[in-house]
Amino acid sequence: MSQDVESKVKSIIVDKLGVDESEVTHEANFTNDLGADSLDTVELIMEFEKEFDISIPDEDAENIATVGNAVEYLQEKVS
Amino acid sequence: MSNRRVVITGIGALTPVGKTAPDFWNGLISGKSGAQPIEHFDTSDFPTKFAAQIEDYEEQDYFERKEARRLDKVCQYALIAAEEAIQDTGLDLDEINKDDVAVIVGTGIGGMNTFYEQAISFHEHGPRGVSPFFIPKLIPDMVAGQISIKYGFKGPNFCAVSACATGSHNIALAYDSIKNGQSEMAVSGGSEAPVSRIGVAGFNSMKAMSTRNDDPKSASRPFDKNRDGFVLGEGSGILFLEEYEHAKERGAQIYGEIVGYGFSADAHHITAPDPDGEGVILALNRALESADISTEDVDHINMHGTSTPLGDIAETNSIKKVFGDHAYEINHNSTKSMTGHALGAAGAIEALATVLSTYHGMIPPTINFETADPECDLNYTFNEAEVRDVKYALNNAFGFGGHNTTLVFKKFEE
Repeated sequence: MSQDVESKVKSIIVDKLGVDESEVTHEANFTNDLGADSLDTVELIMEFEKEFDISIPDEDAENIATVGNAVEYLQEKVS
Repeated sequence: MSNRRVVITGIGALTPVGKTAPDFWNGLISGKSGAQPIEHFDTSDFPTKFAAQIEDYEEQDYFERKEARRLDKVCQYALIAAEEAIQDTGLDLDEINKDDVAVIVGTGIGGMNTFYEQAISFHEHGPRGVSPFFIPKLIPDMVAGQISIKYGFKGPNFCAVSACATGSHNIALAYDSIKNGQSEMAVSGGSEAPVSRIGVAGFNSMKAMSTRNDDPKSASRPFDKNRDGFVLGEGSGILFLEEYEHAKERGAQIYGEIVGYGFSADAHHITAPDPDGEGVILALNRALESADISTEDVDHINMHGTSTPLGDIAETNSIKKVFGDHAYEINHNSTKSMTGHALGAAGAIEALATVLSTYHGMIPPTINFETADPECDLNYTFNEAEVRDVKYALNNAFGFGGHNTTLVFKKFEE
C-alpha cells in the first residue's frame, strides 16, 4: 500500500507539473525545485484529494511543501 | 490626431485554411474551404455537425505539457499566431525597448472550453472540484496578458470585447496606442476557440448556423441565394503594428498601412442587424472621414459577409447607400466563405486578408457562389481570385450587441 501511495503521488506530480520523474525525489520542494507556483500547489492538493478520495484541510495543505511531505501525509491518511 | 503613421511589419495566422500567414494567404487565393465534420466530440444530437477547424491541431506540437495545461485553447491560438508575427518582424527582441510594445489582442468569448469543463467538475465535485486555473484560463484579457508575459512587453496591455467585432476593435485601439505615442509597436488582433459542445449547441439554438451537413465545404456561401446561416470557425490572426519612422529606420519589411477606422452601434437588437443599416453606414462614413478619403478612393471592401440570410443583405444595402454607383466598382469579398466565422478572431483574420490584398494586389474570392440573390447585387469576387491593384481597402466587422467597426488599410507607399 505505501509503495502504491508513493507511486501515485509521484505520477500526479509528473503529470501536473510537467517534470521528469527523476526530478521527483523525496526531498524535492514543489516551489523551489519543481517550478510550481501558488496555483500549481493548490491544484496538486486537489488532485491528491481526488485520487485518494479524502479531504485535506488548508492548515494541513500548508505543511505539504515537498514530495516527501505529501507521501508521508497521504500514507498516514489512507492507512 | 498626431501625424505619426502606423504600418504593419509582422503577420501571424492560425486558421482553418492555413496554419501560418503564408499558408493562410495561399489558401484564400486558391479558394480553399476550411470546413470539415466535427470529430472531437459526438455531434449525433446536434443540428450542425461541422465547423471550419484548424487542421490536425495538437497542442503538444506547440507547447510543453505544463504550459499547455495552463492555457485555454483561445490563448494557445493567440500565442502561436503572435510568435509567428513577432518572428516575422525581424526584430531582435534583446535590442528593442520592450516597454514600448503594446499588446492589444482580444477574444469575443474567452476560455469557453475551460468554463464548460469546470462547470461540469463543479457540478460533480462541488467547490473543491474547481481548478485554481479556472479563472485565469477563462478571462478574455488573458490572451493579451499571456503574450506580454511570454515576451516581456510592458506597453499598454488589455483587450476590448465586442463579440464578432473584437479583432477589429483591438487592432484599431492598438493603432491609436501608437498614434498617440503610448507605444512604438503593438501586437494586435484576436483569437477564438468556440468549437466545443456547448459552443456549437449555443449557436445552434439561435438558429444562426448552417445545417448543410451533407456538404460542409459548400455551406458558407455569403451572398448566394441559398445561404442558410454561418459556419462556425476558430483560430487567431495577429498584426504587428509599428510606428513608421521606427520601422523605416531599421529597414523593416512593410505589408501595409492603417490609415483610419470607424466605430458605431446599431442600437437596434441583441443579435439581428438593423435592416436600415444606419449603424453600419455611420461606421463606414466615420472610417472614410478618419482616413480623409472619398468613396471613389476605395478599391476593395472585405465584408463581414457571414452567409446569414439577413446580414448579407443589410450590409450590402449599407454599402450601396454610402458608396452609390461607386459601390459597383469595388471588389467586395467575404473571407468567411473559406475560413468560417471565427467570432472574436474574425475581424483580425480578415484585417490580415485585407492588408495582404493591398500588398499582393490580389482579391481572394467569395467561394461557393451558385445562385444569384437579387438583393445582393454587388461585385463579390465570386469563386475566383482577381488581380487588382488596391490602394485603399476597408474591412468590416460587426458583433452581437450591435457593435460595428470598419478599418481602413492603405497600400504602403513611402
